[in-house]
Amino acid sequence: MSDTHAGKFGPYGGQYVPEALMPAIEELTDAYERYVLNNEDGFMDEFQDRLRDFGGRPIPLQYAEQLSERYDTDVYLKREDLLHGGAHKLNNALGQVLLAKYMGKERIIAETGAGQHGTATAMAAAHLDMPCEIYMGKTDINRQRPNVFRMRLNGAEVNPVTVGRGTLKEAISETMRDWATTVENTHYVIGSVVGPAPFPQMVRDFQSVISEEARHQIEEQAGRLPDSVVACAGGGSNTMGAFANFVEDDGAERSSAEKSSGDEPRDRVDLIAVEAGGSSLAVDEESGVAPNSATLSTGHEGVLHGARTKLLQDSDGQIMESHSVSAGLDYAGVGPELAHLVDEGRVTPANVDDDAALEAFHRLSQEEGIIPALETAHAFAYLHENPDAVGDVTIVNVSGRGDKDLETVIEETEKRDLDVDVDMSIFEGAM
Amino acid sequence: MAENERLQAVFERDEPAFIPYLAAGDPDYEASKAYVEALARGGADVIELGLPFSEPIAEGPTIQNAIVRALESGMTPDRFFEFVEELDVDVPLVCMTYYNLIYQYGSEDGPRPFVEKAADVGLTGLVVPDLPAEEAGPLRAACDEFGLDLVFIVAPTTEGERLERMREQVSGYVYVQARLGTTGARDDVSDQTDESLARIDDWDVPKAVGFGIKEGEHAARIVRAGADGIIVGSALVDIVADGAKSDDSVEAVAERLERKARELKDGALAGAADSEPRPERT
Repeated sequence: MSDTHAGKFGPYGGQYVPEALMPAIEELTDAYERYVLNNEDGFMDEFQDRLRDFGGRPIPLQYAEQLSERYDTDVYLKREDLLHGGAHKLNNALGQVLLAKYMGKERIIAETGAGQHGTATAMAAAHLDMPCEIYMGKTDINRQRPNVFRMRLNGAEVNPVTVGRGTLKEAISETMRDWATTVENTHYVIGSVVGPAPFPQMVRDFQSVISEEARHQIEEQAGRLPDSVVACAGGGSNTMGAFANFVEDDGAERSSAEKSSGDEPRDRVDLIAVEAGGSSLAVDEESGVAPNSATLSTGHEGVLHGARTKLLQDSDGQIMESHSVSAGLDYAGVGPELAHLVDEGRVTPANVDDDAALEAFHRLSQEEGIIPALETAHAFAYLHENPDAVGDVTIVNVSGRGDKDLETVIEETEKRDLDVDVDMSIFEGAM
Repeated sequence: MAENERLQAVFERDEPAFIPYLAAGDPDYEASKAYVEALARGGADVIELGLPFSEPIAEGPTIQNAIVRALESGMTPDRFFEFVEELDVDVPLVCMTYYNLIYQYGSEDGPRPFVEKAADVGLTGLVVPDLPAEEAGPLRAACDEFGLDLVFIVAPTTEGERLERMREQVSGYVYVQARLGTTGARDDVSDQTDESLARIDDWDVPKAVGFGIKEGEHAARIVRAGADGIIVGSALVDIVADGAKSDDSVEAVAERLERKARELKDGALAGAADSEPRPERT
């Protein structure tokens, strides 16, 4: 992996947080090293057991017949939508809530954008008998109501955040404020590979089970490594999870020692991170709005929410309001490791717009019988637009299922002229 | 380590320093100037001026809202520097802001252009709540180059090695966070203050206590506990917010601020009068 002990990825990462949080972050770093990296007290064994029994792992890698035929390439789907809760988020939430328990913390807080991380955290907290409060932007509460109900049903408090535009960025800030007050007995379960070290590497480690399984599965099913892995990217947790065990498959020449033993050069697995192009890649500096969340393609270096990374910001350094039809990608920052891997040329950033994501949503639903999350649909829109860029064998990470998005999709499909055959008239008046 | 002489002179006097905070540009540029000047008339010894950042993670609701008002009225880093230049006050000014604004300022990446400009307009120091000692190297170097102080915040949770790391980097004064949490006025003064002050008792740098101080009586209590200064933000920002909400005249709000400042300063002085004579600072 590309991180160092100081929690830096090239120039990115670090720990830019109020002093009051620093001791908790040091305590967490220590716990991460002991329990996660060194399996102290059998932590990782218990985590894996619970991922299996409670989460339903291992998760299948499925050959997608219709898509493979359509794009004339072997398309494999890593079905994280089948994980308990309907998204990859549980991998991280379960890991962190369990870690909080090992650390002797008594209370869990978390932010959520689309509500997927909030529901996963609420489930994990109920499962492990920990009190839990979730901060969620008002805008997101309105567009992701089913997830709000699920969190409440699991016994979590849901605290609406009304400042700013009321999305993920504001929810993270508010959760950090709670943590600054309650840090002595509370663990903040951050939902993506963002925030101060050790969160980016720890969340990646919990999510890397995705590519650990996928790597074995593709070797078994296709008899080879894929030419590419495609995943959507907001903060980047499913992205890093899907990429982590392929990062070293960079096609580079092997060292002279390896060469002399007769090894072939490494296989090259292209890693493609698909961000939300929103309605446009243009930026309105005056109003501080970027109508997209394409941080890897258009952002530049800065400091937000505890880490140095690529950001959507104006020329003064004020953070922009991002936009995407998918709440889970709607964030002005991105994980520092992803930013670094893009700079290094190891990860290729791409983006697709709202319309393309909606079309892909319908296409996958109709052709493969899988209703994807709108976030996930971005990865499939990329595949649709660039079938020649993914090689002969590709893995697309199905990061989550789309039940939470049905209202949004019906609404957004009605007001657009999409390039898919879909009749929404049956839903008229249903909302 | 560079020490700003003007800031040092404040703490060399034999009385506790009163350090009020306002967000620059709240609720608008001109009114805000009048308010800062009113604080100086009310007895401020140092003034902390907030340069508003869109994601103020260390602030409670009172100052968050002040920052929103200031941003909406068009405050930017460049306007902020003009604001500082135009102010008619005689006390040292310290800028409180978040690291991204410092990092992005000017043509080159890194904190140097911001610090150069800050020194140029006459600021004497910086407080950066999202920059712990671990990440502060480049900013500390720039502050040394241009003669600015870099104030660090000691939290109730700061102990051991972290205290030492901070002690090596801090200058001007140390900001002692009176209790856990975000900024905001409270009705009591926390016992955590005494413990925090005790932990840094042997530091050479003056100790100013902030977070939650609302009344003259709090100020007195904190000075009695051994503080060299008191920092008050939210209780003053509340006055600005009320004024903006009821559309009161700038003069009326300024007068209220001056009166509140006087109450807090008098409280601090009363606290000092009750205490043992303060040891000579070397």
